[in-house]
Amino acid sequence: MTARLLRVAVYVGAAVSTAVLLLIVGFVVVNGVPSLRPSLFEWEYDSTNVSLMPALVDTVLMAALALLISVPVGIASAIYLVEYAKSSSRFIRAVRLTTETLQGIPSIVYGLFGLLFFSTLLGWGLSLLSGACTLAIMVLPIVMRTTEEALRAVPASYKEGGLALGAGTVRTIFRCVLPSALPGIFGGVLLAFGRCVGEVAALLFTAGTVAQIPDFAGQGAFALFDSCRTLAVHMYVLASEGLHISEAYATAVVLLVLVVVLNGGANLVERKLDSRNA
Amino acid sequence: MKCLEAEQVEQLEQATARAGETTTEHTRAAKMEVCGLDLHYGEFHALKNVSLRFPENEVTALIGPSGCGKSTLLKTLNRMNDLVEGCRIEGSINLDGCDVYGQIPVTDLRRRVGMVFQQPNPFPMSVYDNVAFGPRTHGVKKRDELDAVVEQSLRDAAIWDEVKDRLGKSAMGLSGGQQQRLCIARALAVRPEVLLLDESTSALDPISTAKIEELVGELKDRYTVIMVTHNMLQALRVSTKTAFFLLGEMIEAGDTNTLFTSPHDKRTEDYVSGRFG
Amino acid sequence: MKQESNGQALKEGAAKWLFGAAAALSIVAVALICVFLFANGIPAMAQIGLPDFLFGTTWKPGSGMYGIFPMIVGSIYVTAGAMVVGVPAGVLTAIFLSRFANRKVAAALKPGIELLAGIPSVVYGFFGLMVVVPFVRAIGPGNGLSLLSASLLLGAMILPTVITVSKNALDAVPKSYYEGALALGATHERSVFRIVVPAAFSGIMASVVLGIGRAIGETMAVVMVAGNQAVIPGSIFDGVRTMTANIVLEMGYAADLHRGALIATGVVLFVFVMLISLLFSAVKKRGELK
Repeated sequence: MTARLLRVAVYVGAAVSTAVLLLIVGFVVVNGVPSLRPSLFEWEYDSTNVSLMPALVDTVLMAALALLISVPVGIASAIYLVEYAKSSSRFIRAVRLTTETLQGIPSIVYGLFGLLFFSTLLGWGLSLLSGACTLAIMVLPIVMRTTEEALRAVPASYKEGGLALGAGTVRTIFRCVLPSALPGIFGGVLLAFGRCVGEVAALLFTAGTVAQIPDFAGQGAFALFDSCRTLAVHMYVLASEGLHISEAYATAVVLLVLVVVLNGGANLVERKLDSRNA
Repeated sequence: MKCLEAEQVEQLEQATARAGETTTEHTRAAKMEVCGLDLHYGEFHALKNVSLRFPENEVTALIGPSGCGKSTLLKTLNRMNDLVEGCRIEGSINLDGCDVYGQIPVTDLRRRVGMVFQQPNPFPMSVYDNVAFGPRTHGVKKRDELDAVVEQSLRDAAIWDEVKDRLGKSAMGLSGGQQQRLCIARALAVRPEVLLLDESTSALDPISTAKIEELVGELKDRYTVIMVTHNMLQALRVSTKTAFFLLGEMIEAGDTNTLFTSPHDKRTEDYVSGRFG
Repeated sequence: MKQESNGQALKEGAAKWLFGAAAALSIVAVALICVFLFANGIPAMAQIGLPDFLFGTTWKPGSGMYGIFPMIVGSIYVTAGAMVVGVPAGVLTAIFLSRFANRKVAAALKPGIELLAGIPSVVYGFFGLMVVVPFVRAIGPGNGLSLLSASLLLGAMILPTVITVSKNALDAVPKSYYEGALALGATHERSVFRIVVPAAFSGIMASVVLGIGRAIGETMAVVMVAGNQAVIPGSIFDGVRTMTANIVLEMGYAADLHRGALIATGVVLFVFVMLISLLFSAVKKRGELK
């Protein structure tokens, strides 16, 4: 009797979770797909076409710039943690503690910090650069953690093989260890990319909400200081204004597609890793 | 299916006949009986037409080199093989004349046919709760009843004196040998009729092993014990009946002393005199 | 020859130093975040007066009243509501995936759970606004922008966290525990709920603590459905404002002390999150000790 009750409870729980998933995805797809119009993908945004194209480009720019900063730092930190560090040292414990801390900080707190530090103190204002730097700190722990896991999964024999041939530690790391950890690192980068794509709270007060593509052609590097809005911010603005609900739906579809592609990519990489290790 | 070679059939008949003989000899009823059992793990034919009787209140040892199917047979007796994906079974297994696949609900079967595993596997809870888990499962709720069952089971498993002052402490803190005797107590607490021991001393030190062997000798008065062991001396010391397995076939079964001193089959002789290792 | 090995050593040393410097950046980042938050928030707290700030029940920046107590309570209410909604469903789903589902169903659900984790919070918020809020409006008093809506939505948002972490904990329980229980004649359900789930308890608790962290830090989805009145709600159908919402709603135009008070709200939020992560390490450590 209790057994049957427990079984029912488990199935109901699983059904609820599945229902939530189907409801949200269904909601976005059913409402969003019919709202997709060619005019939404026009290069310039104005109040008649409500184009999401600038936001899409900004999203890619923003995420790419953030990753450009955090991926090298994250990989280098992970290399230090795995290949050099003695796990007992106080420095390592501090690094681990702070990485965990970074992972737990709410994005709105990152937003506040970015506003105070990058936008105000450094005087970068509401800009692509301020936003990207804020995001870079935010996703740093993701890159570090996945890289560390990938490096630890590399068989010790690879490293020993390199060292035995008389190669230095650095050469061994870059030639023997890193290449076989690359897929795992790539999976982490995709995860970090996804986090950047979905972020709003950290960007509202660092990158702002201007619907334009920074004018790199005209201004060169100075365009880094232009304000811009990513897709998620775009969607938040549309939804909170309440004037462009169908465009908000369409944006949700594009966001969802991005997330699916990134998740799928990460999964593919993971599966490749599994089959290689097996 | 491919026909059995004439020779094999003959051996099989001999083995069955001998098993029958011993039964009449001791006028003991078979507590459990396996008849024409074939077991496949996917493509792998793990048990080949095995027939064997387990007489009541005897200790039967299943011996043979690793991978010979002795553990597989043991796990079939309480249907733990149900957990293995792709496991198919043909033939019949009876407990007191009732088919364990069909006539007895699986939870009843497992209550009546207890099992002690190779590695001690106490639950991560107190000593008391470990032993009380079984009785509670089968509906014993009153505290004094539980107390009595727990104490009796721990006494029967010869571990009461060692744990009586720490019943409330985690069982994970016991030594390996104590953990294994606790697992025996846990199995006894549901008042089983048959006790299966799956190489239950192989992970233990010699002193703990000796204690458990002694214990098994005492238990056979009240239970039917079936044990898998890779240690022939243990089979010789503890069991009254022995069955020898090789590559999924039951080669020979009979009184332990007879089987070890004058085996009928050449392969049994080779094994018990140490040629298979 | 000697020269070359010197050059080699120099290169090795420089590389080690460089990698170490990169690792130090996380420490620098946390230090900077703390310094900037506290340096900007603490003076504001001091100016308002700590008791008035933390326990004042009126938030009226226009008239110089900066009591964030309603927001602290709001954050706690919303988080607790999310737990009530999300934890049972999440843990049961994890049990399903780990111990009940056949391999095909589990494999089909896995990418679904990952998708739930990857959906941006603004999409959740929009879903809440268009679906959950009208639903709550239909079943109760008020306009639907409420504590209940926020709790339901956040409950859905923490599902993937709770499911994934709980499932990992359940999967890590040795098979021998489950088999031991079965061999005593326990049913599958009893073996799972009485033996496997208790054995995974600290991991499941860790998933709950992580869920709390995610819920209390969530901003955009809550802002979109909670109504955001800076008043302690009297019922689950009343609007509620969380600390995160307080910051995001007013930071855009705040100046001077108002701005300081918002940053100070961030400080309080930060302290809350730190307490939660301490709790998390404690839970994790307890699990490892066992």
